[in-house]
Amino acid sequence: MTAQTHDPNKLGRSAEPNPDGPAPKRVVVSYGFWIFLLSDFILFACFFAGYAVLKDATAGGPSGKDLFELKLVETETVLLLLSSFACGLAGIATLARDMRWFQIAMAATGLLGAGFLALEAYEFLHLIGEGAGPGRSAFLSAFFALVGCHGLHVLLGMLWLTTIMAQAWAKGLREDILRRILCFSLFWHALDIIWVALFTMVYLMGVRG
Amino acid sequence: MSFTGKLGWDSIPFHEPLPLVSAGVIGLVLLGVFIWVWRRGHLPYIWSEWITSVDHKRIGVMYCLLAGVMLLRGFSDALLMRSQQAIAYGNEGYLPPDHYDQIFSAHGTIMIFFVAMPFMIGLMNFVVPLQLGVRDVAFPTLNSVSFWLTASGALLINMSLVIGEFAKTGWLVYPPLSELRFSPGVGVDYYLWALQISGMGTLLSGVNLVTTILKMRAPGMGYSRMPMFTWTSLASNLLIVAAFPVLTAVLGMLILDRYLGFHFFTPEAGGNQMMFVNLIWAWGHPEVYILILPAFGVFSEIISTFSSKPLFGYRSMVIATMVICILSFMVWLHHFFTMGAGADVNGFFGITTMIIAVPTGVKVFNWLFTMYGGRIRYTSMMLWSIGFIVTFVIGGMTGVMLAVPPADFVLHNSLFLVAHFHNVIIGGVLFGAFAGFTFWFPKMFGFTLDETWGKRAFWLWISGFYVAFMPLYVLGLMGMTRRMQHYDVPGWHPWLLVAGVGALLIAAGIACQVMMLYVSIKTRKDRIDESGDPWDGRTLEWITTSPPPAFNFAVLPDVKGEEAYWGIKAKARENRALSDRPDYEPIEMPRNSPTGIVAAFFATAMGFALIWHIWWLVILGFFGAWGTFIVFAWRDKAEYEIPVEEVERLDQARRRSKATLLDLPEEALS
Repeated sequence: MTAQTHDPNKLGRSAEPNPDGPAPKRVVVSYGFWIFLLSDFILFACFFAGYAVLKDATAGGPSGKDLFELKLVETETVLLLLSSFACGLAGIATLARDMRWFQIAMAATGLLGAGFLALEAYEFLHLIGEGAGPGRSAFLSAFFALVGCHGLHVLLGMLWLTTIMAQAWAKGLREDILRRILCFSLFWHALDIIWVALFTMVYLMGVRG
Repeated sequence: MSFTGKLGWDSIPFHEPLPLVSAGVIGLVLLGVFIWVWRRGHLPYIWSEWITSVDHKRIGVMYCLLAGVMLLRGFSDALLMRSQQAIAYGNEGYLPPDHYDQIFSAHGTIMIFFVAMPFMIGLMNFVVPLQLGVRDVAFPTLNSVSFWLTASGALLINMSLVIGEFAKTGWLVYPPLSELRFSPGVGVDYYLWALQISGMGTLLSGVNLVTTILKMRAPGMGYSRMPMFTWTSLASNLLIVAAFPVLTAVLGMLILDRYLGFHFFTPEAGGNQMMFVNLIWAWGHPEVYILILPAFGVFSEIISTFSSKPLFGYRSMVIATMVICILSFMVWLHHFFTMGAGADVNGFFGITTMIIAVPTGVKVFNWLFTMYGGRIRYTSMMLWSIGFIVTFVIGGMTGVMLAVPPADFVLHNSLFLVAHFHNVIIGGVLFGAFAGFTFWFPKMFGFTLDETWGKRAFWLWISGFYVAFMPLYVLGLMGMTRRMQHYDVPGWHPWLLVAGVGALLIAAGIACQVMMLYVSIKTRKDRIDESGDPWDGRTLEWITTSPPPAFNFAVLPDVKGEEAYWGIKAKARENRALSDRPDYEPIEMPRNSPTGIVAAFFATAMGFALIWHIWWLVILGFFGAWGTFIVFAWRDKAEYEIPVEEVERLDQARRRSKATLLDLPEEALS
């Protein structure tokens, strides 16, 4: 290769844009998954917007102030945050290539997530039992859809989590499986971010009326 | 709850012969094609080289094929509507309202989601990795899943022709009409699930292409060196990632209303119908730019290539593209000025809408200045491009008229609006798709398309377009509203007859395109593209052979400036030699996988089951799709190796053809 390009400071290729060509696979995969997560945030943003529009459309039925139990929701929050912490531990275990701790941390992640879901299911069933189901008013429709959408994500996340645990067990901590674990942990933490917004906008602001 | 849910023998519309007969004919044709393919022994080839292929080029071609087939379906709906309105003056015509409503809903849905979208995504899929100088998209198997999910949605829409019915609500299913109380049939459900499934495919495709463009480029391919089509593809896919979740959410809300008794958009219990309209257009307006931006990119490439000049104002073109990308999210309310949001809100959105005409105008001038002083070759692609500039400017001006709120109160929901959006979608998106398909066809298949039939198609299409849609502007100003099954105003009748003639001219244009394909395939031996560079191209897709090998480039191109291939060509001419013979290495490429089609099979089953309330099949479909992905995730070998001898052989052949193209001596090869 003859040096015909104009390069007065002898910087070579590094002075060029994108000198190295395509990014390594690990970067590409996590970057792509981030893009997907951003789109998922927009999905949630729509449900948040829907909730904001319909928050006061109670059609003579109960409002958030009448219904929300902060104690329950605080417990849910703690469970979910601990679950994320456990997920972080699983990430550290993958760095140490320690299968046993990885499996333990992932199991803890899943169990805490299941606890969260159980409480949410209890809350939903309790509300429906009180006659405050999603068909009661537009406010409750928006509430159930928003919180339920997050719950559905947690549920699908747990399906994914069990798959990954089984896969890591069967195949070991291979490169491609490590990439998937990375994506899973991004997903799991993203659900936390959503929950923090949800806890604030729906429950904390809701009980103030 | 029965085993087949709501599905029964009475779901087949035996009383309506038209859809049954046409679907029967289509079924017979498909069966005939299948039997022919099977008897000729092509099935294994089609399975292993196309259906399970994860090659972005193959997937791109299949997207275009899907779009072409669905264009025929959507256009036959258009012919039905035009003939109905030509006849139904003072009488009922030949299509009962119940059927006519399904036709216009299906026409809009199909043309946007299953013609324009797959056509553009197909071109982007095929071209973008080639223009970036890389071997595939970021996620090849996901790409195949995206395509097959889109095909699954298209299949569901077509099934509604013979099993049940389609929506009678218009292509955007506004509530409360689309709520269960007013549309108790399965038509709206077909719409909802077909779009949820294909929308998933589109979103994943957007994620894939954004990641590809931002993270996978050949060495030296900086943002300021990317070809214009790749830039517009980036903008379009960013819009997909940002807008399609909104569609998923709003359709999801309507699904909750219809299936679980929620009250998002119902007239009772506090539901808010205008929230649907707001949300759907928060997706819908970016959607029109998702469609038109890649078309702008196609025209940029074609006009520059056939004017033998670099694109005028490259930087302003990039800025204009990204400005449109952002502004497209700030204009959605102009679709319903009549909502009654007040003068301030309407004024704001009217002004933002007019502002969007500015970057578009910048683009028009850039194209004109690219042609100015160039040595223009009037190929059919160039004709489409010039036809586009003229037609799109007219469509843009009527768009600015509609952006004036007081005018919009008069023109709203009239045929003026219908004429406007056909003006920009046919004159912009469709012309762009046809031009791009002709432009990259030799790259796809290794031979060029017949120009005579291509030009005939162009002239029939453009004259047909003007004859069909200019009367609609007039009719809109005369007060004719859209979606009318019959009418009794004598003044409208002659204009609708003229519009009907226009539709026939377009039909003749489509016939010419079919002839073009037939003649070109028949005479392909005489029209082989030996050089891989039939148009004296400027971007990297033309450096490789036609069709490119699976790995696109034996060695990733070394990009030294804008118009990468043009620079390499110029240097080779100057030095009277090709670049140094590279050191070849074996190449790893992703292995084919049936994941896409199998997952889409289960998604189709699940969608169908959801439409007909067959709950056991819903569960089966879900776990089938999930299981498919697990099987995929469990595989141990994701790639196969192309041996170095094969790479070297193919690339040496390519270098010889380039030497011939540039008229270089034999020793220039080494």
